[in-house]
Amino acid sequence: MTETSHRPSGDPAAVPSPSANEPYLVVDELTVRFPTADGLVQAVTDLSYTLEQGKTLGIVGESGSGKSVSSMAIMGLHDYKRTRMSGSIRVGGQEVVGLSSEKMRTIRGGDVAMIFQDPLTSLHPFYSVGSQIAEAYTAHNKASKSQARAKAIEMLDRVGIPQPKSRVDDYPHQFSGGMRQRAMIAMALVNDPKLLIADEPTTALDVTVQAQILDLLQELQRDFNSAIIIITHDLGVVAEMADDVLVMYGGRAVEKGPTREILTHPEMPYTWGLLSSVPDVSADTDARLIPIPGNPPSLLDPPTGCPFHPRCAHRSKVPGDLCRTELPELVTGNRPGHTKRCHLANPDSIYEAEVLPEIAPDLVEVVAEDATPAETGTGLFGPDDEAADGGSVAPENR
Amino acid sequence: MTDTDVTPASDQRGGSRTPILEVTDLTKHFPIKSSGVIRRTIGSVQAVDGVSFQVPRGGALGLVGESGCGKSTTGRLITRLYDPTSGSMKFDGREIATLNSKQMLPLRSEIQMIFQDPYSSLNPRHTVGTIVGTPLRVHKMVPEKKVLDRVRELLEVVGLNPEHYNRYPNEFSGGQRQRIGIARALALQPKLLVADEPVSALDVSIQAQVVNLLQDVQKEFGIAFLFIAHDLAVVRHFCPEVAVMYLGKIVEIADRETLYSHPHHPYTQALLSAVPDVKQAAVGGRRERIRLEGDVPSPINPPSGCRFRTRCAYAQDICARVEPPLLQIGKHHKVACHFAGEMGAMPSSPITLKVLGVDREGNSVNGAQPTVDVTSNDPGFADTWTDPKTLQKESEGIG
Repeated sequence: MTETSHRPSGDPAAVPSPSANEPYLVVDELTVRFPTADGLVQAVTDLSYTLEQGKTLGIVGESGSGKSVSSMAIMGLHDYKRTRMSGSIRVGGQEVVGLSSEKMRTIRGGDVAMIFQDPLTSLHPFYSVGSQIAEAYTAHNKASKSQARAKAIEMLDRVGIPQPKSRVDDYPHQFSGGMRQRAMIAMALVNDPKLLIADEPTTALDVTVQAQILDLLQELQRDFNSAIIIITHDLGVVAEMADDVLVMYGGRAVEKGPTREILTHPEMPYTWGLLSSVPDVSADTDARLIPIPGNPPSLLDPPTGCPFHPRCAHRSKVPGDLCRTELPELVTGNRPGHTKRCHLANPDSIYEAEVLPEIAPDLVEVVAEDATPAETGTGLFGPDDEAADGGSVAPENR
Repeated sequence: MTDTDVTPASDQRGGSRTPILEVTDLTKHFPIKSSGVIRRTIGSVQAVDGVSFQVPRGGALGLVGESGCGKSTTGRLITRLYDPTSGSMKFDGREIATLNSKQMLPLRSEIQMIFQDPYSSLNPRHTVGTIVGTPLRVHKMVPEKKVLDRVRELLEVVGLNPEHYNRYPNEFSGGQRQRIGIARALALQPKLLVADEPVSALDVSIQAQVVNLLQDVQKEFGIAFLFIAHDLAVVRHFCPEVAVMYLGKIVEIADRETLYSHPHHPYTQALLSAVPDVKQAAVGGRRERIRLEGDVPSPINPPSGCRFRTRCAYAQDICARVEPPLLQIGKHHKVACHFAGEMGAMPSSPITLKVLGVDREGNSVNGAQPTVDVTSNDPGFADTWTDPKTLQKESEGIG
């Protein structure tokens, strides 16, 4: 996040204080389109969510689901000349969509900061870690060089880098992966941001380091009361970190609600697929994994109707051809606060009868357990279904 | 695929059969050269330091550990992409550690590798047909005229459209590219596949497809796997036996049930407790976990004694003085720790004193002979073993 050298000195432009009842971050009907030579990439479509200070939102989805694009829009990182954006993003009451780059620069890195996935490519290799952190500080505060350096040392200490006084002059390549990620977090937090966007903050890291980084994020959230958006594909991370979850698919929100709700009573087949395709450290090892057949859709030419229908095993349960022809609305399901985009009328009973036995047999009542065959490979997502989906992914040799 | 030497996958732990791969005391030290004209060797990166294990025929051994622990180097040593510094690797009863590249050539077809990154491991300027067909041509597996047919067959095996042989890798998604890599590895009907992080670069929903494909391939062709990954859940799912590495050494090796439910090494316990769990959603908040402070020490100058001691909550004086031997403490369970024990019930006194013949400070005791040869590094499991409780009782007499 090194910025250009032309930046307004002094205090950031006065940002209107949020109205009393509006959450800190409001994303409303956000649509992002990229015109390309091949056509219009529909990266994000009609995305809406809100996030309050001190809360954590987990955004889950595969690559190409629009989770990073929507977050980069909050940071104003898209090139306005090459991007068509509509809708509204309000950060602390300030509209961000269409904001001039000058004004954007006062928000970016100040009130809103971002942690990127790959710390090695996100840190500048020619500048010492300390000077990169100090630069982020002087960009938003009136501070002398020595003050900024002291601040950088303080931040490195804060994120748990040993001997920060000597490490502050090290270059990124002299840091290990976990330390680089800490340095990035230090840089993001140097201005006490009110909103922190962490884009796959731990994907490149080992589990022990991942745990340290997640601890750190939670600790800092407690101290600064920041709002955190954590983008990940690891549902375990979401389960332990997030208050709310937003599941994205094909550029749209497909399921949204409190973490506990979504992960214990998911109502959308895509979320079921995500839950069943990851092995669990305590699961039965004889059970086959149940992948989601096929590949994520092309955003150049997204499927008609429900974006997930070409890969969905449950579309036969919806009367008519509704899944293919009509896009389901994002509506509240059987429980308050839990919205989903799916035509299925009774997702709970399907989940309990067909999906839960596959992913967590111990949670199903004894009655259901007796009815479930031990061999799960012939389940819903069997190879026959895969073959029907274009044949390009089906292992033929079961 | 008409491999006649197919071992049923169910026979994985049959002790009577010789393992397909037996590695003893495998060591790889990368030299560090000084700058200047003469470039003397001034040190070495001890990437792999005395590793021993077996891979059963048609079975699977998982290697887990943090980055930099030497698991990938081990994989590359076995495929002889690196030359080992010392140690022995017996493949199918034949020593391969010392073969020169010419002698190695015929064996290369039997040990194949699947790489982590499906983007950089396929040549972007070759068609899929060329990529998968080249091993067939090099090893003259099939006559030139039949190469294309065989390529189509292989593409079908891995679940790709056989008519896509004339496409280029960039036309495929990450998961499909990984399938191409698998097809290339299968082309030579290997007996051992070294899979180095085969799914970690893929999307979650695609990971499951590739893991299932690898399991199908293993069952159908009886291929043994050395499965290297840092994702503990995937390794547990795939491998009946798992070895945990730390700084170039195996610290614990056991069958998966024992390792995941009764880990005895503090490092294994810390690793397992750090895995985020989806089921935590029902409870809320973070799971209790063992915190490891700091980073993995440098393999150029590893800590004395036990290499994990700098980050270990149980470390005492003896850990800095005496390296804990990899002791067998169960039927399929070896652990290298002076204080090995169940999670939360680690012994307060070292359990290895008797077998090492040392006192609690690590000084050798007069008259006490080590009961095990610490330098011997048996890759397999013995029929007799001493459980940790007995070891502790014996050691209390000395300490």
